[in-house]
Amino acid sequence: MENELQNIVSVLVERFDVEPKEFRGQTSLIVSPEKIFEVCQSLRDEHGFTWLEVLTAVDYWPQQEPRFHVIYFLYSIDKSMRMGLRVPLPSVSPTLPTLVELFANANWRERELWDMFGIHFDGHPDLRRILMPHDWQGHPLRKDYPLGYEEVQFTFNAEEIDRDKPYAKE
Amino acid sequence: MLDQSEFAFNELRHLVTDRAIEGETMLLNMGPQHPSTHGVLRLLLELDGEVVVNCFPDIGFLHTGIEKNMEAKSYEKAAVMTDRLDYLNNLGNNLVYCMAIEKLAELDVPIRAQAIRVILTELQRIASHLVWLGTHTLDLAAISMFWYTFRERELILDINEMVSGQRMMTTYFRPGGLWRDVPVEFEDAVRDFIRIFPKRITEYEAMLNENPIFLERTKGIGVIKPEDAIHWGVTGPMLRASGVDFDLRKVDPYMGYEQYEFDVPTHTDSDTYARYLVRVEEMRQSLRIVEQALDKLPYGPVRSNNRKYVPPPRSELGTSMEAVIHHFKLWTDGFEMPEGSVYAAAESPRGVLGVYLESDGSTKPHRVHWRTPSFDNLQMLPVLAKGHLVADLVALVGTTDFVLGDIDR
Amino acid sequence: MGIEQKAGDLGAVTMRLEQAVNWARTYAMWPMLFGLACCAIEMMAGQAAKHDMSRFGMELMRATPRQSDLMIISGRVTRKMAPVLRLLYDQMPDPKWVVSMGDCASCGGIFNNYAIVQGVDEIMPVDVYVAGCPPRPEALVHGILTLHEKVRGEKIKTWA
Repeated sequence: MENELQNIVSVLVERFDVEPKEFRGQTSLIVSPEKIFEVCQSLRDEHGFTWLEVLTAVDYWPQQEPRFHVIYFLYSIDKSMRMGLRVPLPSVSPTLPTLVELFANANWRERELWDMFGIHFDGHPDLRRILMPHDWQGHPLRKDYPLGYEEVQFTFNAEEIDRDKPYAKE
Repeated sequence: MLDQSEFAFNELRHLVTDRAIEGETMLLNMGPQHPSTHGVLRLLLELDGEVVVNCFPDIGFLHTGIEKNMEAKSYEKAAVMTDRLDYLNNLGNNLVYCMAIEKLAELDVPIRAQAIRVILTELQRIASHLVWLGTHTLDLAAISMFWYTFRERELILDINEMVSGQRMMTTYFRPGGLWRDVPVEFEDAVRDFIRIFPKRITEYEAMLNENPIFLERTKGIGVIKPEDAIHWGVTGPMLRASGVDFDLRKVDPYMGYEQYEFDVPTHTDSDTYARYLVRVEEMRQSLRIVEQALDKLPYGPVRSNNRKYVPPPRSELGTSMEAVIHHFKLWTDGFEMPEGSVYAAAESPRGVLGVYLESDGSTKPHRVHWRTPSFDNLQMLPVLAKGHLVADLVALVGTTDFVLGDIDR
Repeated sequence: MGIEQKAGDLGAVTMRLEQAVNWARTYAMWPMLFGLACCAIEMMAGQAAKHDMSRFGMELMRATPRQSDLMIISGRVTRKMAPVLRLLYDQMPDPKWVVSMGDCASCGGIFNNYAIVQGVDEIMPVDVYVAGCPPRPEALVHGILTLHEKVRGEKIKTWA
C-alpha cells in the first residue's frame, strides 16, 4: 500500500510539479492554486480518490505571502489511502477554482471557507455565507478577527459590568 | 426587524424556480423552531401541492465558534469544548481530539486506557443511536418508542456519571489516556447493561420491524445510490445502508479495534428502513465489542508516563516540590507541542469524525478544524427530498441523524 | 375564610381570586417544544420515563408559541438565532415565563466569543436561571418548581 501511494506521488510530481511532504505518516502535496483542479481530477479519475474528506484552511497572519493554506484531504475507499493537498494563497483576493463538479460536498465546504476566511471560489454555483448571518461583517476564523471576548463578572466587578449590560425589556 | 416571511424569501430568492416567483408553487419556511427539525435547522421548501420541488437547508443557527475559541485555549483546556460539538457523541469527540494530540506529540496510550476508551465510546454510540431511534420514531408518530429508548439511555448516562461525575459532558479522555481510572463498580454496571440490553433491542424490533405504519413511512423513502453517497461525501450508517462496506474501525483501526471481533452491518436497499436496520444492528455489534473489551480488560496505568504532556500523579504532589511546579506549569501554561499538522479520524455514530490539528510550537493550537459527518450528510438532504411529500421529508430529516452542534460547530 | 362556617357544608371552597388564578396557572403550564443544543437532550430526558416532568403539570409541550406560556431556553443562543428567539417570545400570549436552562443560555458559559449571546437576558426577560452544563433533569425540575413558587406569589395588580 505504501508503495502504491509512493507511485501515485511520483506520477503527480512529474505531471503537475507538486512538492511532496511527509509528516507523522501522512503524505501531503503542495500544489499551486492554478493546478488544484487538475490534480484533484487526476486523483479522482485515475487513482480512485473518490471521496473529499476534508476541505479547510489555515490563516498564517501576519505572514502575507502566502497568508492562507487551503487544505484538502482526499480518500480512496477502495485502497484505504488518504492524500493531503495544501494550496498556498496570497493575502490579497485569495481565489481558487471550485471543485463542486468533482465532489458534490465541496459545495458547502467552500461556502464555509468563504464565510470563515473570505476565500473566493471561482465558478461556485451559490457562494453565500453559510454559518454566520447573511449581513455579518468580516470573516471570523481569520487571525486578525477578534475573538469577541466579553469581560467575565466576578464579585469585585459585577456591579460595574451589570450597569452596562444591555438587559432586555418586556 | 424584518417580517419573518420576507426574511425567509429575500435571501434565498435566487435559488427557487420561476414557478415560485409567479406564485405557482408555494414557499414554506420550516424551522428554525420546528419540532421535527431536531434542533435549529431551517429548511426553505418550495412545494407543488404537497410535493417538495426544492429544499434549501439554512444552517448556522447554532454556530458556536468552537474552532476559533479553541485557538485561544491551551490544548488540554480546549478539550472541554469538544464535548459540546456533537452533543450525542461527547466521548467520541474527546477521543478524536486526543488521538490528534497523541499523533502529533507521539504520545503513547496505555492499553488499559485504550480498552476503557473503546468501551465508553461504544456505549456512547449506543446512547446516540437510542436518541436517534426515539426521536426518529417520534416524528413518525410512534411516541412510545421515545419512552423506551430514553429509559435505556439513562443506564448509559449512569455509567458515564459513575466514571466521571457528569452525565453528558464528561471530558473523561485526556491526551495520553484517561482522567483517572474507572471505579470498581464500573465492571458490574457495564455487565448489567450487557445483560439487559439485548432483550430491549428485541423489544424495539418487535414494535417496529413489522409495524405497518412504520413500514409505510420508511420503505422506499430516500433511496441513495452508493456512488451518489460517495460523491456527496456521506459517511456512517447512511453510507453503509447503501451497500458500501466502509467503517474506519475496520479499515484503519485505532485504539486497538483490530483485536475485537465485530461485523460491519450493511444493507443494499438504501432506503430509510434499511438505515433503521443498519443502526439497530450496529447497537448489537457495539455491545459485542463492549463485552469483548470488558472480558480482556488489562490492568495497569491509565495515563501515559510522558511527563512533558501529562501532569504528575496526585501522590507525588505531597512529597516533591518539582512535581508541584511541574503540575502548576502544566495547568497554567499548558504543554508545548511540536510544530506541524496532523489529521486524525474515527468512526462516530454519524460517520467519519475527523480533526485537523495544526500547531505552531506554542501551548495553544494554531488551527483546529472539525471534519464533522453531519455536515456532509445534511448536504445530501435536498437531493433526497426532491419529489417526496412533506411528511416524508420529516422521515428523511430523522433518518439523516444529524446533530446541529456537529454541523454548525 | 369565614363564609364556610356561616353557610354550612355547601361543598364549596372559597379563596382569593389571586390565589385561584395563580394555582391554575402553576399546574397547567404549557412549555414550548423547542430545543437549541445539548441542554435540549437533557430536557428530553426530563420529559422521558425516569424523570417524568408531567408530574408537575408539564406534559403538554406545544410546538407553536401561540399556545404555550413557558419557554425553556435549552442551550446556547447564537447571534443568528437571537432575532428568531425574540420573535418567538413576542408571539407568545401573556402571561408568559422564561426559564434559562444551562450556563450557555444564562451567561454564555464556556463560549465567550463572537458567535454566542452572553446571556439570553440580553434579548428577553428571564424568570429562572438553571445552572449546569448541562443541568441534570433534576435541576431542571427544581428550576420549574422555583418558577411555580414565583408564579404563586404574583400579585393581581401586575396581571389584571
